[in-house]
Amino acid sequence: MLDAWSLLLVSSLYLAVLFAVAHYGDRRADQGRSIINNPYIYALSLAVYCTGWTFYGSVGRAAAGGVAFLPIYLGPTLMAALWWFVLRKMLRITKAYGVTSIADFIGARYGKSGLLAGLVTVIAVVGTVPYLSLQLKAISASIAVILAYPELPQPGAVPGASFWGDLALYVTLLMAAFSILFGTRHIDATEHHQGLVAAIAFESVIKLVAFLAVGLFVTFGLYDGFGDIFSRAIAAGHGHLLTFSGTGTGYADWFAVVFLSGLAILFLPRQFQVAVLENINERHLNKAIWLLPLYLLLINLFVLPVALGGLLRFPGVGVDADTLVLTLPMAEGQRALTVLIYLGGLSAATAMVIVETVALSTMFCNDLLMPALLRVPWLRLNERADLSGLLLAIRRGAILAMLLLAYAYFKVVGASYSLATTGLVSFCAAAQFAPPILFGIYWKGATRSGALLGLLAGFGIWIYTLLLPALARSGWLAAEFIEAGPFGIAFLQPQALFGLAGLDPITHCLLWSMLANLALLIGWSLIARQSSYEQLQASLFVDVDRLAGGPHLWRGTARVADLRALLARYIGPDRAEQAFARHARARGLTLPADAEADPDLITLAERLLAGAIGAASGRVMIATVVKGASFGPDEVMAILDEASQRIEYSRQLEQQRAALEAAGEELRRANQRLTELDHMKDDFLSTVSHELRTPLTSIRSFSEILLDNPDLALAERSQFLGIVVKESERLTRLINDILDMSRIESGRMEWYLTECDPVMVIEDALAATSSLFHEKAITIERHMPAEGPTITADRDRLMQVVVNLLSNAAKFVERGQGRVRVVLTVQPDRLTVGVEDNGPGIPADQAEAVFEKFHQVGGNTTTKKPSGSGLGLTICRRIVEHFGGRIWAEPAAPHGAAFRFTLPLAATGAPAAEPPPVAEQPASRAS
Amino acid sequence: MAQRVLVVDDEPNIVTSLRFLMEREGFLVEVASTGPAALAALEREAADLVLLDVMMPELDGFEVCRQIRTRPEWQTTKVVMLTAKGRDVERERGIALGADCYVTKPFSTRELVERVKGMLQTG
Repeated sequence: MLDAWSLLLVSSLYLAVLFAVAHYGDRRADQGRSIINNPYIYALSLAVYCTGWTFYGSVGRAAAGGVAFLPIYLGPTLMAALWWFVLRKMLRITKAYGVTSIADFIGARYGKSGLLAGLVTVIAVVGTVPYLSLQLKAISASIAVILAYPELPQPGAVPGASFWGDLALYVTLLMAAFSILFGTRHIDATEHHQGLVAAIAFESVIKLVAFLAVGLFVTFGLYDGFGDIFSRAIAAGHGHLLTFSGTGTGYADWFAVVFLSGLAILFLPRQFQVAVLENINERHLNKAIWLLPLYLLLINLFVLPVALGGLLRFPGVGVDADTLVLTLPMAEGQRALTVLIYLGGLSAATAMVIVETVALSTMFCNDLLMPALLRVPWLRLNERADLSGLLLAIRRGAILAMLLLAYAYFKVVGASYSLATTGLVSFCAAAQFAPPILFGIYWKGATRSGALLGLLAGFGIWIYTLLLPALARSGWLAAEFIEAGPFGIAFLQPQALFGLAGLDPITHCLLWSMLANLALLIGWSLIARQSSYEQLQASLFVDVDRLAGGPHLWRGTARVADLRALLARYIGPDRAEQAFARHARARGLTLPADAEADPDLITLAERLLAGAIGAASGRVMIATVVKGASFGPDEVMAILDEASQRIEYSRQLEQQRAALEAAGEELRRANQRLTELDHMKDDFLSTVSHELRTPLTSIRSFSEILLDNPDLALAERSQFLGIVVKESERLTRLINDILDMSRIESGRMEWYLTECDPVMVIEDALAATSSLFHEKAITIERHMPAEGPTITADRDRLMQVVVNLLSNAAKFVERGQGRVRVVLTVQPDRLTVGVEDNGPGIPADQAEAVFEKFHQVGGNTTTKKPSGSGLGLTICRRIVEHFGGRIWAEPAAPHGAAFRFTLPLAATGAPAAEPPPVAEQPASRAS
Repeated sequence: MAQRVLVVDDEPNIVTSLRFLMEREGFLVEVASTGPAALAALEREAADLVLLDVMMPELDGFEVCRQIRTRPEWQTTKVVMLTAKGRDVERERGIALGADCYVTKPFSTRELVERVKGMLQTG
């Protein structure tokens, strides 16, 4: 199909394209126009999760266990839901403190512990080697399969063993060269590898396209769609692959893999690298949270159809299921598709290898080798002028060494597990990082010793239950080690520890290692004491949102020249100079060589150093040039206190500011209200003065007329005197009303509470107004019980209300035609008094306005009518409301106005009484 | 021929007193209780002098005064504004609108009569 040279050419071309993408990404980053600064590239880079294992291994696993391939993708999908607070917090910590790797993260959290960071590095390297070997295996196998065409690979059989071995070695070396070129451009590990991320995202696109292509080809090319494949597979006896019970795994295993992969999506070194370290903007998370699950869904869409298609296509032949993706199109002679799939697999594997080795080499250099080398006095590293070259060399060497280690693992153990299982072995190792990180960022009490013990125990169990058995299976250890336990002690069987048999080895390892890890981390943290520096770091991590950028951790003094020289040794003179110049520009400072460095500059220098040689070593190095900077426990606590006091102080200031603002707002409102009241008072006085002047005018005019005209006829004289009397009465009423009003409004009204019968009150009011009704010959109708419930109220005020309503009614009805109904109804909780007339009525839009001061029906407040103060109804409303009732106006039937008011009765009040039948009485009979 | 005086006020008792005072001086008295009624009365027959209350429903005294002053044939009509509101701003507003005189209620009947007589003689 393709000879070795064509394959080499295709591979080289592809890698060249990849390199161009990376170069473009880096160049754009240098120009400050990042191409990876968007959530889609970020999400695609996270898809580095899908390695050669996904590309080839998912189908392999599906062919054996049906839907069992799924939990590896369900875990990350579920975990993504937690990203918005877990991953976001990790991002903030990383950005705030210049974290360079997962080892650095854990080390820094636990008091910048070099020991812990070193242990994490060891676990990461050892745990990742099987995974790296997996990628080498995937690529080598895909090449071997293509070269062996038209023969099909048999399971377990290795075509051309000698050539196969060589091939894997070439692939290893090529990968190493590629990773070195990509990943070690700069020495400062806190800088983003923008080109790298761009290339990874590009590869994610290629592998998705390739897998969708083969899926479409199998599903719609070889077969007639999903339904066709599934029904044929069921007919051929593969139906069990479509059910949960057919997966051959129990719920425990299913759950374990979901859980494990959920942790892996965050804590695998390469996932930590792309998700946390390479993240540019935490807002990208918002989209990535659903984009990554979407990607996982798409790339898994055709796994089952391809697996089933392969099983149907090669019945009984026994083709290696891990290569079905490739063999299916090859068997059909699809040359172009085969190349595309090869490239897809290649991109899946290279992406993983590059990111993983870059992450691991940084850790290896910063957190393992450099701290060790700096402690070896005879190397005199402290005195070397420029160490940046050495650092780069270490990282590059680490990449090569790691891949050679993976190659060795592949040679030794490679055949003993399938692709998918080997991946899960690495997942188990990475899962050990979850407890120290998750507890570390949410629980200040987690201690260094607890984390150390937990990690050691978890890692130990991982070696014992997964790594050693793998070696044993490959014949490097005695096989009875697995079967009977070490020295024949069944209790210690590595895959049935303490008698726990019947679990999948992965589930078994996860259970015991997590149990030990968590128990030791939590248990030991509860009994052990934290050093003060640990406490400081714990606070900085857990309270990152409050403390980031807060305390200056360097109090001593250092000369700018010393700092610059120190930095130049590790990151190179040019970059040190650039960093200082940026700092000076940002603060508008000049930094002469003999000046004292400000705390910010020292912190910046430590950050840069930590990026090059790890947090623990960076701290040590800075301490060598900062005088008086040693941190005693008291001093650290003082810094922390100062920080928290400052926070507390600013919180109090903020509270005071808010309180002041609220008080100011209240004052402003009060002032506005006072101004309004002032205007209202002015208006009121002006209106009152007008109302008083009007009757006074008549009184004065007629008095003067009477005085100046002693010869007036008797009739005229008595008419004028009558007017004077009437206007005087009006004036008196007005003054009384104004006084009432003012007393009520100022709360100085005196209320004389007595027990009274509302029926009697109404009768008295009718008696008091009888002359008005009599004069206009108005008919009164009473609809009242003979005796009402007893209420407690001010009898005179109540009567004032009824009198007012009655006089109003009398005023508005036609002379001789008038009819006024007085109604009293009693309900359990209240009584209602109504005064209804058959006058002109009140327009609906005036029904409320009539209760306003000096309002008169048919005009505005400046309108006058001959009688009435304009305050009567306002006073009525105040009185009724004082007793807890309400008063309102409504149309009466068939026409006219009805004024009603309610008064509440006590809860134990009189029983409801129906009004008696209508009793008409002429007004004259009211006494 | 007797001079005509139009009394405009919505308070019947005040109208009664003003009519009495004016008739006693020999003027022909016409009355109206609203602004529109006052303008209608003037349309029917122009008056020599209008005693005009300010606070009335529908059309207040200021507006009636303004409309009187827009009509050329009523330019010689004297306008005396009567008001229960004694603020200076309102006096000035009345004068600005073309009133000849501004009297605050309650007023001295003698003074009012003297003023009216004076205005009608000089006019």
